[in-house]
Amino acid sequence: MAETRKVTARVGEVSVLAPGICSMWIEGTGFAQDAVPGQFISVYCEDKSKLLPRPISICEIDAAGGRLRIVYRIAGAGTEELSRRKTGEAVEVMGPLGNGYMINKGVDHVEGEEERGGQAVLCPGTAPDGRADTGKCSVTGAGGKGHAILIGGGIGIPPLLALAKELPGGKTAVLGYRDNNTFLKEEFEAAGCQVVIATDDGSVGYHGNVIDAIRAQGVQGDMIFSCGPTPMQRGVKAYAKEQGIPAQLSLEERMACGIGACLACVCASARPDAHSHVHNKRVCKDGPVFFAEEIELQG
Amino acid sequence: MKTNVTIAGVEFKNPVTTASGTFGSGMEYSELVDLNRLGAVTTKGVANVPWEGNPTPRVAETYGGMLNAIGLQNPGIDVLLSRDIPFLKQYDTKIIVNVCGRSTKDYVEVVERLFDAPVDLLEINISCPNVKEGGIAFGQDPKMVEEITAEIKRHAKQPVVMKLSPNVTDITKMAKAAQAGGADALSLINTLTGMKIDIKKRAFLLANKTGGLSGPAVKPVALRMVYQVANAVGLPVIGMGGIATAEDALEFIMAGASMVAVGTANFFNPRATLDVIEGIEAYMRDNQVGDVNELIGCVK
Repeated sequence: MAETRKVTARVGEVSVLAPGICSMWIEGTGFAQDAVPGQFISVYCEDKSKLLPRPISICEIDAAGGRLRIVYRIAGAGTEELSRRKTGEAVEVMGPLGNGYMINKGVDHVEGEEERGGQAVLCPGTAPDGRADTGKCSVTGAGGKGHAILIGGGIGIPPLLALAKELPGGKTAVLGYRDNNTFLKEEFEAAGCQVVIATDDGSVGYHGNVIDAIRAQGVQGDMIFSCGPTPMQRGVKAYAKEQGIPAQLSLEERMACGIGACLACVCASARPDAHSHVHNKRVCKDGPVFFAEEIELQG
Repeated sequence: MKTNVTIAGVEFKNPVTTASGTFGSGMEYSELVDLNRLGAVTTKGVANVPWEGNPTPRVAETYGGMLNAIGLQNPGIDVLLSRDIPFLKQYDTKIIVNVCGRSTKDYVEVVERLFDAPVDLLEINISCPNVKEGGIAFGQDPKMVEEITAEIKRHAKQPVVMKLSPNVTDITKMAKAAQAGGADALSLINTLTGMKIDIKKRAFLLANKTGGLSGPAVKPVALRMVYQVANAVGLPVIGMGGIATAEDALEFIMAGASMVAVGTANFFNPRATLDVIEGIEAYMRDNQVGDVNELIGCVK
């Protein structure tokens, strides 16, 4: 696994994509080439009364240029401060963090442990120690030969862009927005995705949620990759189960350390977790991406 | 330049450790911090059996601080002994194991399991504000502090450090009770019970409603309590509460702490422990202090 580093990087190009939705390239981290889609970084505030880093998912990875892009929503004072940072300013970041999506690079069948984002992770049907308890773990079509469905809700959309750029096969991006501020839509199209839009207010695309849109449009695929609010993820999990499609969900939770030490950001897991041997996987370290079967999404 | 300090007969290469719960068992931070440089690693509280901890959200940021209500999620003593202690033994640092429990019997069970373990000190957490049974309940009544200290001392092989709660009217009473029970040293402070409300949602930020406040915001309170306790009892004190820099650490040492622990600062500066160690050394060089022990309790 790529080593985690905390560095003073530089703010690159910044832009506002929609009201309250900001884009920032971060240069000179020294770890951009190690990052994989689905991972996140910790961004530290200048105002030292705000102690905790803001965990923000990676939207784009420019390995050659040594740059990472984040797209975030202004959700509070910390991200508001971040939105005022200017190109060329220093910014403290730590990364790459978490596991990232498992992209099955042409392999249709894996057994037991699989490398995902360089870190050993579990496939559905394996015991927490990595021992396969159902013999084989089938991950078909995860971008290898099959068709991928990328499902993003709101500020869960950005990390799917990095994924879309790396998935080799056919892919449909089902993107849920509040309204007609359909940020990143064109970039998903440019990444080769067929894009389906769902909006809460019906101003663009399908009027309703992402699962309704998938059903209405008859979207088909072999693997789901999703990121978004927990109610959406619950819907994705149920849909994936109903359709018998494996799904990788990226979760969010309030974090402190970001590296798996403080046990703040846990989610309920189906099987005992490897760290505490209870039923609490660490979103920052064991995730943020989990197979749907690994986790319980409580209301 | 001598930076070694001794607590209850255990010698540490420098007076800096980690505050329990902020550093795991060192494994996650070992990518960012050379553990060999630390005086000691203090592990996250461990119970006799695995604990699930509290529902999420478990943390909330506050001005200059944070609230946590992790609820002492831990894998239990079996995993600590089989995984975490062998991991830490690879490093040239001392090991302080923080012990938690819901009953005296729980604490004793853990302490007995640690009897033959290569552990240098036991820190007994009788002050966690986030668990319903045990934890802080033991730490707010002098009689119970004395009793549980005495009971643990009867079963422990390693020296015993009792970790005190600041959520009391007079912390020196608890310190004296621990001393009467036979404690070898004291550590303080644990977190201060606090709360945060989200006015948009009209709801508590933490699922547990209340949590323990830590970080720079609590430092003056912690420093005052360390000073009071160090001057009220003859026991060595491990001081903690908002320490983020060498200046903070030196204040605690001058107030009477023989050793200091860096906690919440690890979250915003993973190198905080090393910065503190290097800063103490720099202070000693700049001020011709040959032995860090000269500084302990030098402000009366």
